[in-house]
Amino acid sequence: MGALSVAIGSEAAGVRSYTATSSQGLLYMAEAVYNASGLNLPIVMTLGNRAIGAPINIWNDHTDAMSVRDAGWLMLFAETNQEAVDLHIQAFKIAEATKSPVMVCVDGFILTHAYERVDIPSQEEVDDYLPPYEPEISLDTKHPQAIGTMVPPEYFTEVRYLAHKRQIDSLGVIECAGKGFKEKFGRESGGLIHKYNTENADTIIVTMGSVAGTIKDVIDELNEKGGKYGVLSIVSYRPFPNEAVKEALRSAKNIIVVEKAFAVGIGGILSQEIELLMKDSNCEIKSVIAGLGGRAITKPMLTEYFLNNAKERTTFLGLKEDIIREEYKPLNCGKCK
Amino acid sequence: MSSSTMGNRLSKENVAFQSEADRPNTLTSGHRACQGCGEALGARCAIDAAFKAANGKIAVVNGTGCLEVFSCVYPNNSWGVPWIHSLFGNTPAVATGVAAAFHNQGKDDVRVIAQGGDGSTTDIGMGCLSGMFDRNDDVLYICYDNQAYMNTGVQRSSATPALARTATTLPVGSYLGNDASSGKNVPEIAVAHKIPYVATASVGNIPDLERKVAKAINIKGAKYVHIHVPCPLGWGFPTSETVRIARLALKCGLFPLFEAENGEVVGSTPIDDVIGVEDYLRAQRRFAHLFGKNATPDAIGILQNIANTNIQKYRLSGGVSDD
Amino acid sequence: MTKPFATVLDASTSLENKTGSWRTMRPEYVKRLPPCNVTCPAGENIQQWLSLVQEGNFYDAWLEMVKNNPFPAIMGRACYHSCEKTCNRGQFDGSVNINLIERTIGDMAISNRWKFECKISESGKKILIIGAGPSGLSAAYFLRKAGYDVTIFEKHSKVGGMMRYGVPKYRLPREIIEAEVKRITDLGVKIVLNKKVENLKEEASNYDAVYVAAGADVAVKTDINVKGNTVVIDAIDLFKKIEDGENIPSLGNRVVVYGGGNTAIDAARTALRLGAKDVKIVYRRTIHNMPAHDTEIQEALAEGIEILCLRTINSIDNDKILLDKMEYNEETSVLSKTGETESICADSVIFAIGQSIRTSMFEGIDGIVISEKGIIEIDDNMMTGANGIFAGGDIVAGKRTITHAIGFGKKASKCIDAFLKGEKFAPNVKHEVANFKKLNTEYFKGNKRVEVSRQGDISFEEKVISYSNEELLEESRRCFSCGNCFHCDNCYSYCPDNAIIKHEDGTLEFNYDYCKGCGICASECPCGAIRMTSNEKE
Repeated sequence: MGALSVAIGSEAAGVRSYTATSSQGLLYMAEAVYNASGLNLPIVMTLGNRAIGAPINIWNDHTDAMSVRDAGWLMLFAETNQEAVDLHIQAFKIAEATKSPVMVCVDGFILTHAYERVDIPSQEEVDDYLPPYEPEISLDTKHPQAIGTMVPPEYFTEVRYLAHKRQIDSLGVIECAGKGFKEKFGRESGGLIHKYNTENADTIIVTMGSVAGTIKDVIDELNEKGGKYGVLSIVSYRPFPNEAVKEALRSAKNIIVVEKAFAVGIGGILSQEIELLMKDSNCEIKSVIAGLGGRAITKPMLTEYFLNNAKERTTFLGLKEDIIREEYKPLNCGKCK
Repeated sequence: MSSSTMGNRLSKENVAFQSEADRPNTLTSGHRACQGCGEALGARCAIDAAFKAANGKIAVVNGTGCLEVFSCVYPNNSWGVPWIHSLFGNTPAVATGVAAAFHNQGKDDVRVIAQGGDGSTTDIGMGCLSGMFDRNDDVLYICYDNQAYMNTGVQRSSATPALARTATTLPVGSYLGNDASSGKNVPEIAVAHKIPYVATASVGNIPDLERKVAKAINIKGAKYVHIHVPCPLGWGFPTSETVRIARLALKCGLFPLFEAENGEVVGSTPIDDVIGVEDYLRAQRRFAHLFGKNATPDAIGILQNIANTNIQKYRLSGGVSDD
Repeated sequence: MTKPFATVLDASTSLENKTGSWRTMRPEYVKRLPPCNVTCPAGENIQQWLSLVQEGNFYDAWLEMVKNNPFPAIMGRACYHSCEKTCNRGQFDGSVNINLIERTIGDMAISNRWKFECKISESGKKILIIGAGPSGLSAAYFLRKAGYDVTIFEKHSKVGGMMRYGVPKYRLPREIIEAEVKRITDLGVKIVLNKKVENLKEEASNYDAVYVAAGADVAVKTDINVKGNTVVIDAIDLFKKIEDGENIPSLGNRVVVYGGGNTAIDAARTALRLGAKDVKIVYRRTIHNMPAHDTEIQEALAEGIEILCLRTINSIDNDKILLDKMEYNEETSVLSKTGETESICADSVIFAIGQSIRTSMFEGIDGIVISEKGIIEIDDNMMTGANGIFAGGDIVAGKRTITHAIGFGKKASKCIDAFLKGEKFAPNVKHEVANFKKLNTEYFKGNKRVEVSRQGDISFEEKVISYSNEELLEESRRCFSCGNCFHCDNCYSYCPDNAIIKHEDGTLEFNYDYCKGCGICASECPCGAIRMTSNEKE
């Protein structure tokens, strides 16, 4: 709460501002998250993705990010430690170009606490890519303005609609930033999506974040054995790159969405978005909820799932059925008469 | 004219800046505060005083509340200074960020004010406020205390005084309204943080208010000024009585004026002629249940005790103390 | 610079939101009449000249005084200052010492030889005034300034009328009278002394208008039985003898003065100064009913004069004065004898029970009416029943004070001026009075009235009292400025809506575009110069 609020203040005063949070901290600052985007402040924030309690649990999943998916931030998911580094550099450029805050989502522990060799560009290289910040609005005594007015019903819809249009327009900026980054640093990093063998795949696994690496390993093995699998990893979760995703999934007959969060009472969140997007296609879409609260997503679990052709729309990967059998007691609705 | 009026054509001493023709009106006309709003008056006085003392180089962070709502609704902004509203509870933190940014830009001469009502300050933003104090961030926090959540319909805040009626503390039967131990003393909490400067002020004494704000604004570090701003709507008195009610609160000792530096009370404004709390209470409908046929006999005594304690503690009775 | 729609706004754009439309009550600046001005029989603008004194602008203050009264130094001594009785500060911490300020400024004018500033354009018309007392001189002053050729006939050998013959010199030194009258004669007013008018009809024929201000200097006689060799004298005769240097009968050590007015007090104090050791005032009602001014009574008591109330003189038999004890019912105002008597001793008795007018000069003039009370009847324009003959002062009055007389003179001058122009004098419409309830005294600190100690023994010399310049400032600044803005700027400072404009010259104006009508300005106005009215007139 305080941290993002300090960044709101410093950004509003015209200084490039950054903060980081995770899990409960994100929810504690939830109203500031909405506020930063509503005020068009190009703050960059790292979200070390972790579960939300209760029960308290400090390990990785995407429930925290999903809880603020409608808050008006641009949300980029890093697949690797290197991409985490690169996305942060791009994030400032994207934020300042779109006047939107950018959240760089980095899987907790799996990426945040992993030791891995990464290339950290020099200050000069970064400065060259990212010129000094020139804010369009700021708390300036020479040109006093009021930032953060109350907006009455007569104009509120317009303010929100403009924010919506701006976020959709940001897709181009994100794509462009990724291209620019590649030109400058010679690396594919960021952009809207990462495609892996989607061109010839019958089955495409859609996912976000670090688990894409495990999945790629699994399908490499399956494809070696004649499978036709591909992976679509979404970098820009917000704005959601509808056209790019549709294009990537063009050849798929089966889509499996592997995600680390779900909406209690409905199911997978990313899977719903994919279902909506692909509603006019004939492909079958399955939802896999995996890795909740840091549960390991192993190659055997994934391999088994991919090969078994599950019938259920939604599968909780690795669910311990014995515990559920013991603990699940259906509600007796008769009591409510 | 020998008087303590705001201006004085015969003497330029003790003249309130508010009486000067060239005061900046940092909170200008056209705002939507209720008639007779003490907070609108207090805010203009305070921010004008800060503006003058900082040579016009100030920026204001405003918490949610009456002041924010009435001063800045699209398409009308009443502020003549850089101003930002973020949230209800994060004002001190936003101000911290603004101050950090100015420092980063080499603009330490631009002074930062955070301001909010009592709800924003004593309830919702208390955590951020304490944090700002604790870090000794270079911010002057001003609380405009009208002792309840007014723009939402006069609900109790932790600054609502003992026995006051609000929408959420309606006196019923033996329940006398707000609990007798109520009224969180945020100035004292600020003193306990040992920040460089803490002061209380009132729209009932504007020269004193201006002096304190002007002093605070140029002190490095965290400063807190708590201003008593009567609310005609919430307290139940005629709109013309705002300043008088503030003055009565000062004269009876229920709102003590004092200053503290680095954790120690260093001065107070003595009361010339101390009056009983009854004169103050009777003038307001929120205390009407303490009077009349069905009144609880000791109720006024509870408030008188609070006033007496203040008078003794802050040595308000012309410097004479009982101890 | 581009900025986001709606959520970022330029500074002070709310000025387009005219919140004046919220208003149901409307403040307006008013000028209310200060009680001092209201009660001043001479119609002085006391508050105005006090404000000039406050600024240290003593000369302008004097000029302001003499706009309505040519005798500040005299007034500062002989006026009974009803202004101070009604002064709102009296209900706070003691009235402003208006009288002493006036006296000090008046004396300053004399010692600095300040002159009236006026350009006279001659009208060519002639006016006769009978009597060079306060009323006649006052009328002469105003009429001369208005361009008339003014002649005063005075029966005595000296000017001043009752200022000289009714006020002992220890209260009003004669050089003060001379100095202030000289300013009037310097304007070109002619005074003919020792000219007793026996036939007004004849004298009036040479003038365009006449103002009769002949006063009331005939002592009222009683039918008290006097036996033996006790000295019995009327106060007014005693004063005249002293003033004109005539032989005064020896009053002895024990003097009784009969009466309760200021003349009685003056007579008693004069007796002391003539050598009497035991001076008693006999008065029929209670001390609170005495018409004499309270400060006079106090000064008399301080000098050792005894006041015997609820007594009337029944008879005088040598040095035995038989008194009837009286009973007075305050509610019904009925005074009656108790039947008890008391005897006191005196070597002389001074009567001070009233004065009446001399009517013989009016014989042969049609239309002059003498009322049952023994005064000349005049109409609203101060004209008697005879065309062109005006009358004022003690000759027409119930309230016979010098200050009232001066007021009569001023009003008469306006009436005469209007008459000669074929018009009717129309007095200004009076504003509402600024009473104490209209003030907000929170802004006034308790500054006690600046008192000056009265020096000197009991003698015919005046007791020297006056303010230093510092004291003048301090005391004048105690004025509340009741009913009239004194530019304290409270309204401007307190308005939550900045709906008052303060101009560069310090003047204030409501900006009704933004005034929401809360009324704080009126409530915090120290002097009651803002009124809240219903909004209807807009």
